[in-house]
Amino acid sequence: MAKPDDRDKKRGDGNAKEDAIEVMATVLEPLPNAMFRVELENKHQVLAHISGKMRKNFIRILAGDKVAVELSPYDLTRGRIVYRYK
Amino acid sequence: MIICKAPTELEKMHRAGLVVWDVLTRVRDAVQPGVSTMDLEKLAEKLTAAHKARPAFKGYRGFPCVLCTSVNQEVVHGIPSAARKLRSGEIISVDFGAEVDGYYADAAVTVPVGEISPELEKLLRVTRESLDRAIEKVKLGNRLSDISHAVQGWVEENGYSVVREFVGHGIGTRMHEEPNLPNFGEPGRGPRLQEGMALAIEPMVNAGQPAVRVLADDWTAVTADGSFSAHFEHTVAVTSNGPWILTRPKSVAGPSW
Repeated sequence: MAKPDDRDKKRGDGNAKEDAIEVMATVLEPLPNAMFRVELENKHQVLAHISGKMRKNFIRILAGDKVAVELSPYDLTRGRIVYRYK
Repeated sequence: MIICKAPTELEKMHRAGLVVWDVLTRVRDAVQPGVSTMDLEKLAEKLTAAHKARPAFKGYRGFPCVLCTSVNQEVVHGIPSAARKLRSGEIISVDFGAEVDGYYADAAVTVPVGEISPELEKLLRVTRESLDRAIEKVKLGNRLSDISHAVQGWVEENGYSVVREFVGHGIGTRMHEEPNLPNFGEPGRGPRLQEGMALAIEPMVNAGQPAVRVLADDWTAVTADGSFSAHFEHTVAVTSNGPWILTRPKSVAGPSW
């Protein structure tokens, strides 16, 4: 039985792992080291850092901004901010 | 990591290979107009049970049958069906794998149904010859892509094309092991062949363009342009005496199929 050629299957963007959960959130307060405390739509508060891509492009994030956060299914208390809505 | 097998392990793979040979040669002989691909499946299932072997495909990632039957423009991984009766002038690839005592062997052959056109006869002959040429490259010191290049060279010289999306593979205690073995590429690349490596070499050759797509059943691969496709395969071990075709008896010599 022939094997599908999976040698160069594309991974997602940089760190983005394929099984991350992406959710909407609101920024509560900025913390040192480009970390933020954000509140998810389900009222959970998580600690989120900024994705490398957003850091590189100087996307500033302020308290009150709406953002998209990726959560790892393994640790739901931390996340990665991947998008800031205007 | 490519796993090299000890001589005793290759013997076990050869035992699985002899089951594969027996099933495929009998299925080949059963192919004739009016027979359905499900009839071939039933025959293969019965023979496998008689050998007390385990069919390698059934249940593999959800594949429903022991045999892959791929007719005409179907390249590989066709699913047997009682509704699909073979007609004269068609070609059918039958692909089968077995596990005996924890070791796997895998082979395939494309068979004409009744009388076929000279064009199709040539497609089958060239594909089989590309496997012959690939097997000749299985010797110590050659590199993996020498095998790939042998297939592509002969196929394209004859005006056909090789499928890119599916590849041959290492085989042993699992059906798919490292390395991937494409049927195309530059010679002289990849790891050197070492004693005890076992490879399922399987040229998939389209009469038209190389592109394929997979049908909604998630298995059957067909040529994108509807051209016919042929497929031959053997499990071959690298030994100090050259290639050892594990999926046929040692008494059989000559061309691969």
